[in-house]
Amino acid sequence: MSASTTIRRTPLHESHVQLHGKLVDFHGWELPVQYESIIKEHEAVRHRCGLFDVSHMGQVFVTGPQALDLLQKVNANDIARLKPGKAIYSHMPNEAGGIVDDVIVSCLAEGRYLVVVNAATREKDAAWMRRWAAGLDAVVDDRSDAYGMIAVQGPKAAEVVALLAPQAPALPRFGALELELFGQPSFLTRTGYTGEDGFEFIVPNETAVRVWSDLLTMGRSFGTVPCGLGARDVLRLEAGYLLYGQDADDEHSTYEANYGWVVKLDKGDFIGKPALAAQKKAGVRRLLTGVRLLSRGVPRLGAAVLVEGREAGQLCSATFSPSLQAGIGVGYLDRPGLPAGTPVSVVLHGREFPAETVKVPFYLSPNLKKGA
Amino acid sequence: MLDPKALKYQTSHEWVSLSDGVGVVGISDHAQKEITDVVFVELPKVGRTVKAAEACCVVESVKAAFDIYSPLSGEIVAVNEAVVKDPALVNREPFGGGWLFKVKASAPNEAAALMDLKHYEEHLASEAAHGSH
Repeated sequence: MSASTTIRRTPLHESHVQLHGKLVDFHGWELPVQYESIIKEHEAVRHRCGLFDVSHMGQVFVTGPQALDLLQKVNANDIARLKPGKAIYSHMPNEAGGIVDDVIVSCLAEGRYLVVVNAATREKDAAWMRRWAAGLDAVVDDRSDAYGMIAVQGPKAAEVVALLAPQAPALPRFGALELELFGQPSFLTRTGYTGEDGFEFIVPNETAVRVWSDLLTMGRSFGTVPCGLGARDVLRLEAGYLLYGQDADDEHSTYEANYGWVVKLDKGDFIGKPALAAQKKAGVRRLLTGVRLLSRGVPRLGAAVLVEGREAGQLCSATFSPSLQAGIGVGYLDRPGLPAGTPVSVVLHGREFPAETVKVPFYLSPNLKKGA
Repeated sequence: MLDPKALKYQTSHEWVSLSDGVGVVGISDHAQKEITDVVFVELPKVGRTVKAAEACCVVESVKAAFDIYSPLSGEIVAVNEAVVKDPALVNREPFGGGWLFKVKASAPNEAAALMDLKHYEEHLASEAAHGSH
């Protein structure tokens, strides 16, 4: 990050300072990497409840009689399946099948959608959607600057969120609803990035501090703690979620990212479909593959993965997994289709550490009911 | 627990307690707070010869790996296996059970170049002022 870049602050900045959050520059946003301890925050989310400031995420509203046509055109997933009150995870492919961004699309009403996009890609995404909106009766409105976003994650999240939004526990997984909070129109989805049950509030900047502090104060009896980006990254990697910019980008396709379930080739035309269809037919030459260390040690970003003694790729995300008590990582290996349990090694500090390929997600929460 | 006032420090945040020519080495409370959540420690081999300021040990947290530099030249004569089994000891007891290794000093006068607690705290204050880590 260049020194000339102006650092941006979320509406919750003062709260993070008061809570002694350790603030870092994350893609130009000043956000807490942790408050007390990544391990403790991770543990709180796996067993109780954690609160995350994700206000750096972007909110792009797509509205109009042809809003659905636009979203179908720019998404690999089938947005037409979305009924009002439901959300869906999707990839926006480019013409070559690479990933412009990974997003969550909520259908608020017929002809009215909310797309939550990544912070670093927000301008790119909005421009991309506007480009393909030409000739369609649809409006792309990037409202990211007006909203804060707060994630409440963990097995106790429903009980905690119910303190502010009594209708929350009845919301299904990937449900989305509009509600009024402190007199302000707001949004609540049952989504997250941790592999636990959870919710995400999207609220106007003006009410963000009240929502945050109420959730924290009232949630204390459920063991709710504020959590930083450090815990968020460990939780999402354990759960097998992609981090855009690291595990997914314009150069790697959804199939290569091992997210083929997102691509609905039978839904009709969309950008990138010919490239993706061809790739599905021919098979991928590289595949995002999970790796787990069999010895003590912590794999790091950029570590080489050796298969049969030859470098097959590098880890693009890696960490110590508190849930597995082992080092884990994912990397694009030029050996797609290696069965889980294939012995590999990971190079750390110039030495080879024994490891094996594993099926992602690394961790499946017992708190999430199957199919929920 | 050792008395932090009785220890010598170097700028890279290791402390050493020198007696009878053997230095016990660990990392400061400040360092463990900066590193946070130690999950893995790779200790030097007993019998290895190290030079002062040579990296000989790795302390890893969830987020990053940190090299640990020996404050004194000499031979590694003991390592703390307890921190291999329970790495969080480095966080819980930086001046006690979280020690890392013992070095038999080949040049004990090197300790004279190290900082006492007062100077180390001044060093921390100037680091904070310059925002360097």
